Amino acid sequence: MSSQSTILEMRNITKTFPGVKALQDVTLEVERGVVHAICGENGAGKSTLMNVLSGVYPHGSYEGEILFEGEPCNFRTIRDSEERGIVIIHQELALSPFLSIAENIFLGNERQTRGVIDWTKTNVEAAQLLARVGLDEHADTKIVDIGVGKQQLVEIAKALSKRVKLLILDEPTAALNDEDSAHLLDLIRSLRGQGITCIIISHKLNEIASIADSTTVIRDGRTIETLDMRGDEPVSEERIIRGMVGRSLDHRFPERHAVIGEEALRIEDWTVHHPLQQDRVVVDNASLNVHRGEVVGLAGLMGAGRTELAMSVFGRSYGSHITGRLIKDGKELTLHSVGQAIRAGIAYATEDRKRFGLNLIDDIKRNISASALGKVSQWGVMDASGETKVAGKYRADLNIKAPSVDVITGTLSGGNQQKVVLSKWIFADPDVLILDEPTRGIDVGAKYEIYTIINALAEAGKAVIVISSELPELLGVCDRIYALSQGRITGEVPRAEATQESLMRYMTMEKEVSR
Amino acid sequence: MTSLKRSLGGDVRQYGIMAALVVIVILFQVLTDSKLLLPNNVASLVGQNAYVMILAIGMVMVIVAGHIDLSVGSVVAFVGGVSALAMSDAGLPWLVAVGIGLLLGALVGAWQGFWVAYVGIPAFIVTLAGMLIFRGLAIVLVGVTIAGLPAPFVQISNGYVPNGLGYLANRDIVTLLLGAATIAALAVTQIRARRDLVKHELKVDPFGAFIGKLVLFSALIGFLTWILAGSAGGTPIVLVIVGVLVIVYTFVMGKTVFGRHVYAIGGNLHAAILSGVNTRKVNFWIFVNMGVLAGIAGVVTTSRAGAAIAAAGQNYELDAIAACFIGGTAVTGGIGKVSGAMVGALIMGVLNMGLSIMSVDAAWQQAIKGLVLLLAVAFDLLNKRRAPSA
Repeated sequence: MSSQSTILEMRNITKTFPGVKALQDVTLEVERGVVHAICGENGAGKSTLMNVLSGVYPHGSYEGEILFEGEPCNFRTIRDSEERGIVIIHQELALSPFLSIAENIFLGNERQTRGVIDWTKTNVEAAQLLARVGLDEHADTKIVDIGVGKQQLVEIAKALSKRVKLLILDEPTAALNDEDSAHLLDLIRSLRGQGITCIIISHKLNEIASIADSTTVIRDGRTIETLDMRGDEPVSEERIIRGMVGRSLDHRFPERHAVIGEEALRIEDWTVHHPLQQDRVVVDNASLNVHRGEVVGLAGLMGAGRTELAMSVFGRSYGSHITGRLIKDGKELTLHSVGQAIRAGIAYATEDRKRFGLNLIDDIKRNISASALGKVSQWGVMDASGETKVAGKYRADLNIKAPSVDVITGTLSGGNQQKVVLSKWIFADPDVLILDEPTRGIDVGAKYEIYTIINALAEAGKAVIVISSELPELLGVCDRIYALSQGRITGEVPRAEATQESLMRYMTMEKEVSR
Repeated sequence: MTSLKRSLGGDVRQYGIMAALVVIVILFQVLTDSKLLLPNNVASLVGQNAYVMILAIGMVMVIVAGHIDLSVGSVVAFVGGVSALAMSDAGLPWLVAVGIGLLLGALVGAWQGFWVAYVGIPAFIVTLAGMLIFRGLAIVLVGVTIAGLPAPFVQISNGYVPNGLGYLANRDIVTLLLGAATIAALAVTQIRARRDLVKHELKVDPFGAFIGKLVLFSALIGFLTWILAGSAGGTPIVLVIVGVLVIVYTFVMGKTVFGRHVYAIGGNLHAAILSGVNTRKVNFWIFVNMGVLAGIAGVVTTSRAGAAIAAAGQNYELDAIAACFIGGTAVTGGIGKVSGAMVGALIMGVLNMGLSIMSVDAAWQQAIKGLVLLLAVAFDLLNKRRAPSA
């Protein structure tokens, strides 16, 4: 079936996580010596697919088959796939900061004789590889001393040292500035010239339009289409966007009767810098507001700065050199800690409930009370039976499926964990609730329940901000939606006028670059 | 097995470690021809191990919050030295000297807490430095020993609760009453806690198992009380000190907002921060508290020796840490109980005493204790791996 020119074929790949089908019957065919782009919304399944390919998810943990150069692949580890010439470079670079460039290139693959490293060979080969990727740094330089753009090149040099045939780049330019991005894209073109096939995952559609030979669009864990980018008709960004979002609204939303009141929170000229790379602007002069009884959406692709915006507002729990004004109920707020933010009536439910939201080794009731212990204690002594009563109430109200509130939260399903997180913040009784990806990784039924809770909160007069990567979700629950791109607010659309296409247009709006 | 686990209410590790203590006691009772549980041996078991138990109370909180404290042994010597100087050189009353000792402990704790909580230096480093600093200061102040301490001070660790009520069947009545009071308090709190659980329809043990457990623990306390009442002096004063501390800190860790914050920090630091817990403040006070307890241990140790010794408290930090880990405290933080650490301390104490009675060489004793620590933690980890959802 596969022609001589096909290097990779993934057939009917299905990968299931507890409660979620991440990939369903995905098929991908990549020709030799091309740049093949994969597009899709956050959570569409792009990274999962690449993890299946590279052996991060071992053979047997998914269904379907992979053919590489015509031979079936049963990779159990990343090492297995690398031996065949498939190398993946993740968005989070995997370099050891205090080792040199040369040491990093040959990490796990050292130039050695009987366990003793051959430094001459290491440095000479490293220098050759650096020349190939066009990196003008000495091989002795430590990784911490070079910028992210150069680190990306070191990763590629490392891949080349493994005699890579298929190079997978996951969001390679997400953290790069324009100049570094341009250089990287040139390098990818020259690698293609040397016969190396590249798969590139990117949100930057203009990059894809300029570099890709073909583009596969993935949506909701399924392959939607593969576009030939070198055909007679040039493929427009609009065309790709249509593929990315063009789904039917397959889950319904509860009906919403908005009664919008006074302005609850206004964020003005909010600018946030990266906590470590302090010259990098993560949120750029953003201004927005939310009223009581209103649900406001924040749309944006990975790296747009949505979470960073929310967390920096929430008692400066993210970022450095934060400037701008916060006005709540007409009064300016100065928040220096999360405790102050909670007392000021602001709550933030994190997108990563396992890492940042829950104490997974503790039970439901103690997680629910965690941010408002003052309400179930007197003189610093816990009112255990009051706490149990409160938790029992939320278990019933939010329909947390667990035999009792003594159940350890780590054992709950994603949807029920999310309900515990919501209970915790509802119990804290804030005026403004920021919900970051409230339905990530939970099944359709539980999603509907979460939407109902969001509606009920708004009807109770709370101001709710919902951050989501799923556009239908934003269109389904919000009264007004802001779109972010590269830290800036690029659009504000009332529900009645918003469409997935118009939002995606704002979300992919590039900064005007004067060249 | 699974039904047994379920009826134990998920506290398998807690009961497992108690069972291990009972097994070890019985083992040595047999190996030492019933000498282990002779009244005077039980009384001196308490006296010998009071310091570990006091330190382990503070150490459990430190470890649960995800830190470690290597300095407590040195702090014991430092505080002991200063209290002794207050009595011998400055001629202050012994109670004032004790007060100075506890205050000094608090200051030491505040010093270390400052570096850990507000500067962000790992506790391992801060307290390793503290171990050197306070040992050095102790040697500077004390020289080698300061002896000739007032009698009431020495009584703290060597005295007994006065027997004002005479004897019943050759047993000290005061001790018997203390034991009875303990059993009554245990029964009342357990029954209350159970009633509360039932009221909120939470999971409770079957009634039979509940009564069985209560009877078993009461019998155990009664048995130990009976033995202790037959010892030369009755109830050692340090036992009362340790008992009060255990009750207070079980309450602090189990029932107060502060205790809850300690578990929250150790369970998921990020989640605690994002829940508005002032993690710096909590970390600071954990170390102040550890300092005060090290101060108490310093007083008890100095009193027991009847003299301040510059080299006192050597390896005490390791004993306390070992007691915590044997008692089921999680190496990664977030899990651990005062009661568990007490059982851990007792296991080590019984091992010490039993092996000493059998006149096993001190070097071998140390090796055996090390092995027990390793096996206890390994058992814990394997247990967790087998039941990942628990």
